[in-house]
Amino acid sequence: MKLDLILRIGTKLILPFILLFALYVQFHGDFGPGGGFQAGVITAAMVILLAITFGIDAAQRIAPPWLVSRMVPVGVLIYAGTGVLGLLLGKNFLDYSVLLHDPVHGRELGIFMVEAGVLITVSGTMTSLFYAFAERGR
Amino acid sequence: MSVLETVLGHYDYVITMFLMMAGLYIVVASGNMVKKLIGLSIFQTSVYLLYIEPGKITGGTAPIVDPAFSVYSNPLPHVLILTAIVVGVATLALGLALVARINEAYGTIEEDEIFDRDRES
Amino acid sequence: MTAVQPHLPVLQVVIPLLGALLAGLLRRGTSGFALALAVSWLMPLIAVALLCQVLTGGPISYHLGGWPPPWGIEYRVDALNGFVLVLVSTIGAVGMPFSYRSVALELEPRQQAWFYCMYLLCLTGLLGITVTGDAFNAFVFLEISSLSTYVMIALGRDRRALLSSYQYLIMGTIGATFYIIGVGFIYLLTGSLNMVDISARLGAAWASQPSAVIAALAFVTVGLSLKLALFPLHVWLPNAYAYAPSFTTVFLSATATKVTIYLLIRYYFTIFGVSIDFRALPITEVIVVLSLAAMFIASLVAVFEQNVKRMLAYSSVAQIGYITLGIGLADQAGLTGGLVHIVNHALMKAALFMSMGAVFYRVGTVNLKDLAGIGRKMPITMAAFTVAGFGLIGTPGTSGFISKWYLALGAFERGWWWLVFLIVASSLIAVVYVGRVLEVAWRREPSPAIAEASDPPLTMLVPIVLLAAATVYFGFFTEWTAGVAGTVAKTLIGGLK
Repeated sequence: MKLDLILRIGTKLILPFILLFALYVQFHGDFGPGGGFQAGVITAAMVILLAITFGIDAAQRIAPPWLVSRMVPVGVLIYAGTGVLGLLLGKNFLDYSVLLHDPVHGRELGIFMVEAGVLITVSGTMTSLFYAFAERGR
Repeated sequence: MSVLETVLGHYDYVITMFLMMAGLYIVVASGNMVKKLIGLSIFQTSVYLLYIEPGKITGGTAPIVDPAFSVYSNPLPHVLILTAIVVGVATLALGLALVARINEAYGTIEEDEIFDRDRES
Repeated sequence: MTAVQPHLPVLQVVIPLLGALLAGLLRRGTSGFALALAVSWLMPLIAVALLCQVLTGGPISYHLGGWPPPWGIEYRVDALNGFVLVLVSTIGAVGMPFSYRSVALELEPRQQAWFYCMYLLCLTGLLGITVTGDAFNAFVFLEISSLSTYVMIALGRDRRALLSSYQYLIMGTIGATFYIIGVGFIYLLTGSLNMVDISARLGAAWASQPSAVIAALAFVTVGLSLKLALFPLHVWLPNAYAYAPSFTTVFLSATATKVTIYLLIRYYFTIFGVSIDFRALPITEVIVVLSLAAMFIASLVAVFEQNVKRMLAYSSVAQIGYITLGIGLADQAGLTGGLVHIVNHALMKAALFMSMGAVFYRVGTVNLKDLAGIGRKMPITMAAFTVAGFGLIGTPGTSGFISKWYLALGAFERGWWWLVFLIVASSLIAVVYVGRVLEVAWRREPSPAIAEASDPPLTMLVPIVLLAAATVYFGFFTEWTAGVAGTVAKTLIGGLK
């Protein structure tokens, strides 16, 4: 563990950029390829890389298991909640056009919230999958 | 000659069919539970190709509306397959989790050995 | 009420979904149960409201996100799926009180909240398959229900539960993938995924590329047959039902296969049937032969089973044969019989598996040799088992008789006398396997192993008695089963080309 110095320093250097890239993919989804699913997987990849090089305890300090496993239902709740919001405002389920005064901006906001939900759920799912398998037999 | 032309002209479908059959064959023929899951994944992947191939329109660009372009590829297959990929990942993860539990309960992941152990007990 | 009414189709799916998410968030067994109970009791109200609305006012169409079909996803309720919605949600509502003690006994405390979460997800998926009018959306819901089902089976105490869950996962995924290949062909042929739109466009595809349409039909048929356990694609079912926790078996046997059968009917009668002349294809012959094989072979296997849950599982395969027989006959009486048997079989099989769940709760085993004299120790439970068992045989005065009567009428309409004879003959095999259990339960002296047994607590007893009573009730009053099924069958047959 102590000998792979390049790996440890390299990981430390690259981690913030992975997170930054994930956020770029997340927020660039409006204008180009990207979105919550890809961003969620990249975020989870950051945690998994950390766990592989520094051990799972280090990863669980920044992404504790209780939080990660609760992110899974919370993200879907945000998604479904956005849909229900449209329902409460008098339109059909998942109709975001009523979220703001202008239908186009309303849809943009709706998609933004949905993508945020997807990001939370996907990163939570991927990380907890990794934890579940990594903690097996410990 | 025309048969050859048909095959070459639709080489993408030939690849899809090959993956489909290969995946299904692994599921049926392999006795190792992890290999079976890999076969299942290959089988599902072939379906992703089946959907995505016709979505590409010759000369079409990415379906982001822009006044400079008039022909766009069909985005719907990609969206459908994104969903199918999520389903495939979930299935694979659940399958592997089950195999891990089976390995703990039986001490093996070879199907015939497991059946033998069940028969003994 | 008026504000909620237009949104009922989507609420039917969203409420169980929200319930599942909350159950996953709260992580406590009791709160999970409370959520599941509240959701399960709300669902039949919505379903009945929808069915009444459909029967008086015609099909309801709900546009998700306000996007009109065929571009957006459409939820479409007509008499056929309104009927299935009522069935699935009612089984959930009646069965839910049963689950509390059964789950508390069979699962570890930390697993219980997850179990209810998975149950609600499964309910979401099943109701979603039923309510959706979009072919791909149906696949997504199919996989939601299947994935949660695999978990619910794997939570069984026996290590063989893991193995049967794994086998079901492989078979179920192959089935769903076959289905999605079929949908892919349909999408390539028609450019649409909306079921109503497909049925309007498939006729042109049939005229230009009949072989591709037949390939699509074949893939959809095989895929769905795997999921609904049509003989000989049933091999996953007996083990899955035998080793799963009791409540899982009750819920799955009564709903999961039935919903897939609904999807098959939907494809045959409202999508392919309206654009293809089925008489040109050997569909009736294939389905009738496979159904007969299921009715005889699975029943014969059931006769030699020692584990009562496994025996009932094989009997399920046989009973699915009766339902598909009605689909294969595809005439007014035959299809009515098939549709009625969906409901009747769901009610009686739920009652049978529930009474076995109650026996397991008290005795800890469902092997036939350990159940000697159980009828004297658990009289009400086994009386319900007996009544539902008679329903399975098809004795006059039970709902099973009604289904078989219509099936026989359907065979008679075609002039297939031999089929009427075979329906009666297969029922005689049911007499043998139900009779074996009844003989052991009532005629033998109670063994010391079950001396402590007594009828289960009321939360378990009431659902069992209700379902057994329904078996008798629907044997006499058929307005809501055969009546509605007859109307549905008439519309479906009338739409065929």
